[in-house]
Amino acid sequence: MTLDEMPRDRRGVVTALDTRGAERRRLMDLGLLPGVSISAELRSPLGDPTAYEVRGTLVVLRGHQARTVHVELEDR
Amino acid sequence: MRGPGGGTEDLPTPRPGPSQDTHDSHDAAPGCASCALSTGGARLARLGLAPGRHDHVVALAGNPNTGKSTVFNALTGLRQHVGNWSGKTVARAEGGFTYGGARYRLVDLPGTYSLLSTSADEDVARDALLFGQPDVVVVVVDATRLERNLPLVLQIRQITGRVVVALNLVDEARRHGLTVDARHLTRELGVPVVPMAARRNEGIPDLLAAIAQVAGTEDAPAPLRLVHKDPALEEAVTELAGRVAGRFPGVPNARWVALRLLEGDPGIEAAVRDGTLGELATPATPVERAG
Repeated sequence: MTLDEMPRDRRGVVTALDTRGAERRRLMDLGLLPGVSISAELRSPLGDPTAYEVRGTLVVLRGHQARTVHVELEDR
Repeated sequence: MRGPGGGTEDLPTPRPGPSQDTHDSHDAAPGCASCALSTGGARLARLGLAPGRHDHVVALAGNPNTGKSTVFNALTGLRQHVGNWSGKTVARAEGGFTYGGARYRLVDLPGTYSLLSTSADEDVARDALLFGQPDVVVVVVDATRLERNLPLVLQIRQITGRVVVALNLVDEARRHGLTVDARHLTRELGVPVVPMAARRNEGIPDLLAAIAQVAGTEDAPAPLRLVHKDPALEEAVTELAGRVAGRFPGVPNARWVALRLLEGDPGIEAAVRDGTLGELATPATPVERAG
């Protein structure tokens, strides 16, 4: 699934970034690298944007960015 | 930006720059020297905003919110506004201090996660590190979020080996039950790692000693050379780096420049086109002295 589909009460592991160039670079700089654990923390009323917790800080992504981040749900 | 002319030994060559041709008479006040006793010992004199001439330029880099400005203030005695929000240091703040008889100019760069993205802050930081050629780059990292902070350290290590890592907020890490093995990190990174809690003035003397050591050394470690896993990329970087080095002999980090060119970094492209990159050919290593 992609990050925007991940349920609020779960954590996921980033498996891939389906984007290129500056956008990809930026996501990686913000700590979204394959193998990193991530969770959705704060959602705006319509879900876009959403704040995610990754490597100890909150990172806010728009829906179109979150859709490029592939995740696998972690076991509860 | 500043011209070439590395901070070697005793050279008094003033660098072109905004804040250095005045206030030479404004030496460290006695009161200042005594307040320094509480932090860096008698050898530290904070020069605040009147750095005057200097022997070494020290750049302060790091992720947002790692305590860069607190470190800056501890070293210079200035009270640059410290605030807990990102992007607080918009341009760069400068100050100075003397230590062990040498004068240092300290440049506080904006907090960035990276030197590679295209934001104004990252451009300022990147250009200052690459073209400013500081004698020492102090990278302030948050001991409680080391994983998030190390990518920037590695990026800076690819530009220069003249690096000191200020492992800040160890007091907070301790409270979270975290201890960081600074000696191991020093070995892995190939540069000094100094544990500190800048807001309590812990570790400042060690940081000063590490800065002085790197500023004074003539054989700083070479820029970190990353070998890329993708053979096509590795080949491209190697070939282009060879051509960069051929065109601009003496550029210390040709591989890093090559990688930037391959990524289409406009700032680096411009520096190659207009020859600014060539100024890096007179690096902060000893220059042959005439006479």
